[in-house]
Amino acid sequence: MLEIDELAVRLPRTARPAIDHISLTVAANETVGLVGESGSGKSLTARAVLGLLPKDAQISGEIRMDGADVLTMSPAGLRRHRTHSAAMIYQDPRAALSPFRRIGDFLAEILREEIGAKAARSRAVELLELVGLSEPERRVRQYPHELSGGMLQRVVIAAALAGEPRLLLADEPTTALDVTTQAEIIGLLRDLRARMRTGMLFITHDLELAATICDRVYVMYAGRIVETGLTRRLFAEPRHPYTSGLLAATPRVSALGTLPPAIPGRPPDLLSAPPGCRFAPRCPHVMDSCTAAAPPLVDGVACVKAEL
Amino acid sequence: METFAVRPGLRRLGGRGRGGGLLRAALAVIALLVLAAALAPLIAPADPDAVDLSAALAGPGGDHLLGADASGRDLLSRVIYGARTGLLGPLGVVAISTVLGVLVGLTAAWHGGWVDTALSRSMELVFAFPGLLLAILVVAMYGPGQIGPMITLAVAYTPFVGRLVRGVARGEMGRPYIAAYRALGFGGLAICLRHLLPNIAPVILAQSTINFGYALLDLAGLAFLGLGVQPPAADWGAMINEGQSAVLQGALGPILVPGLAIVLSVIAFNIVGESLADRVSRR
Amino acid sequence: MNIDLEVRGLRKRYGTFTAVDEVSFDLAEGGSLGLVGESGSGKTTTARLLLGLERADAGRVLVAGRPLATLGRRDRARLIQIVFQDPLGSLDPRLAVRESLTEVLRLHFPGEPSAPRVAELLDRVGLGPREAAALPRELSGGQRQRVAIARALAVRPRVLVLDEAVAALDVSVQAQILGLLAEIRAAGGVSYLFITHDLAVVGCVTDHVAVMRRGRIVESGPTARVLTAPEHEYTRLLLDSVPRHAF
Repeated sequence: MLEIDELAVRLPRTARPAIDHISLTVAANETVGLVGESGSGKSLTARAVLGLLPKDAQISGEIRMDGADVLTMSPAGLRRHRTHSAAMIYQDPRAALSPFRRIGDFLAEILREEIGAKAARSRAVELLELVGLSEPERRVRQYPHELSGGMLQRVVIAAALAGEPRLLLADEPTTALDVTTQAEIIGLLRDLRARMRTGMLFITHDLELAATICDRVYVMYAGRIVETGLTRRLFAEPRHPYTSGLLAATPRVSALGTLPPAIPGRPPDLLSAPPGCRFAPRCPHVMDSCTAAAPPLVDGVACVKAEL
Repeated sequence: METFAVRPGLRRLGGRGRGGGLLRAALAVIALLVLAAALAPLIAPADPDAVDLSAALAGPGGDHLLGADASGRDLLSRVIYGARTGLLGPLGVVAISTVLGVLVGLTAAWHGGWVDTALSRSMELVFAFPGLLLAILVVAMYGPGQIGPMITLAVAYTPFVGRLVRGVARGEMGRPYIAAYRALGFGGLAICLRHLLPNIAPVILAQSTINFGYALLDLAGLAFLGLGVQPPAADWGAMINEGQSAVLQGALGPILVPGLAIVLSVIAFNIVGESLADRVSRR
Repeated sequence: MNIDLEVRGLRKRYGTFTAVDEVSFDLAEGGSLGLVGESGSGKTTTARLLLGLERADAGRVLVAGRPLATLGRRDRARLIQIVFQDPLGSLDPRLAVRESLTEVLRLHFPGEPSAPRVAELLDRVGLGPREAAALPRELSGGQRQRVAIARALAVRPRVLVLDEAVAALDVSVQAQILGLLAEIRAAGGVSYLFITHDLAVVGCVTDHVAVMRRGRIVESGPTARVLTAPEHEYTRLLLDSVPRHAF
């Protein structure tokens, strides 16, 4: 359904491409995780899928949604694409909603042009019911400040579902929420997928969280995909040193009293471009050949060691 | 959200000219003004106060590059010397109002509570009173001159600065480094002077630059009304006042020359101030 | 066992809203206590009360047996310090790292030469002369947090409050800072009050934990017990909400 093919994006005044020739697919009714730390390019990838890249970026490669190339779409085509093909769920629901507009108006606005004001209004109520908000008739008349963060994120999800998109893009949809609310929202997303059969690209820095909801995972580091595979396989036997390092570095409730081993160094920013494998400066298994050339993604992993 | 009492300037003009030709032109105008004020005796072609009735209302060109006024005084020399009072007056207004405004604004922001309420209310009180009217009242009581209107305008401008400083300071105080310094045992005064003030200084500088232009305009207005600097001193406002009679005789030069100087200066300070404000907000 | 931090009946109200309600706990000398809760639980207000950034309506706080309310701000600072969540915002953007540290040393130890101690402090948090000359914005998030820790340690406090101090960091960097904090505690002389929403972090670095909800402590005890056999319903809900993969 969504196919990203050799996408590369370079922002002005940076030393390396923010997205460095990545390829990625999401099938219908599939939830795919895109996991990475700051500077990995994961959020920029989501914006690219929506056709929201900065104008002065150098772009190559293709993003196809059901065969149509997003990067060459007309403005009208892009608008349609963003409501009916790929809709975004943002990190901070408070930033996504205008504080002066009622919840119902916010939802109805998305649909008014296509189905008329009256139908849009009743559809708004249906959508709120769909995302599990109690008393939807009352909610449409409320303002954002009257709702909790978790409820607002449900509204944002309802807005994303308004155009019955084939794909949901969720960019850290629970990072700004409390732990208990996060669990509720993840439950909702899982439930929606089962009922509506939408595909989802789930973007997060949290491997554990990705594991709870994704069928497959791509791990990004410094603009490149370093490993990909079925979630179960990736967690059971990570093959890239970055993936295993990240998994080990994640604190766990089950590992009481033990400190997680850290990955030395820090993720490279856009102003530094380590030669060869971008992870080499932090890698415990680094060899001479690692810094010579970037290892290609072969068989789901981009690491010289893994090929041996 | 705090709403700042930023006096609206020529935002669009300044914004578009950011780093471009307009800003460069404005900076050039200001540099020219400062040079003229500093080097007036060296660059003025004639004595600004030398009366030569034979040259009365002479047109531009010849002995008098920009013409002469009704008393035959050289307009170019007078406008060059006029830059002195033209810049010194606003400098006084801005210096006094910035110091007072920072004092009031920081105190209100730091203490909060009833201190904040009291100071904010008194600022609003001064705010509600038109500065020019205040200056006229003071002149009416103490007589015209340069110092009286300057101090009065400074008081009238203080709430602009005070409210801005209070708003920006409160925003900056919300950042954890201020809390960290309090927890580290630093006193309020030390934190305000060494950490808070330097970090909000760029915003204050931008507002003061815009205020400079407005002060120049207000002081020229007072001089024009005969309430500020008095004729025959070479002051732009006073020159327009004196030049009025010449208009009746069909000579526009005595008004146009100082008038243009005022307009150009005000616009120049406005553009530079707005571009500074722009730069600060984009940080 | 000596108590480094003793909190009794702490209360703070904003209008009709009670942010912190009868909060009491002990932190043993050299110990590490987790204070866990979600937004609105009152954990951050508790931290601000302990540091004297807000005035409590009731209750008392003793550090090493000395009541904080009776102390001057400098004496208080030498007993308890804090590291905040936002590593960039916690540092004066205009001051180089060395200046930030020197200033604190001059205030608290005016007689002593500061240069060797600055070097020693930076070394303790794993930074060198290159970082000493840098401005906060030239450092990475992890490095900034190291500077904030060094600055807090500069006054040699008995208690260090860590208010979501690793929450804003990348996972790979977060583990580094957790390791650094464990190292510093092992060297002795300081105990931790670890304020966080993250139960997994609490599990790694604390020996006792108190769970807060709506201003009150609902459960407390040894970390291992609370996280494996929670007694309060809310603690169980929190634990169940932590994302965990099944394989």
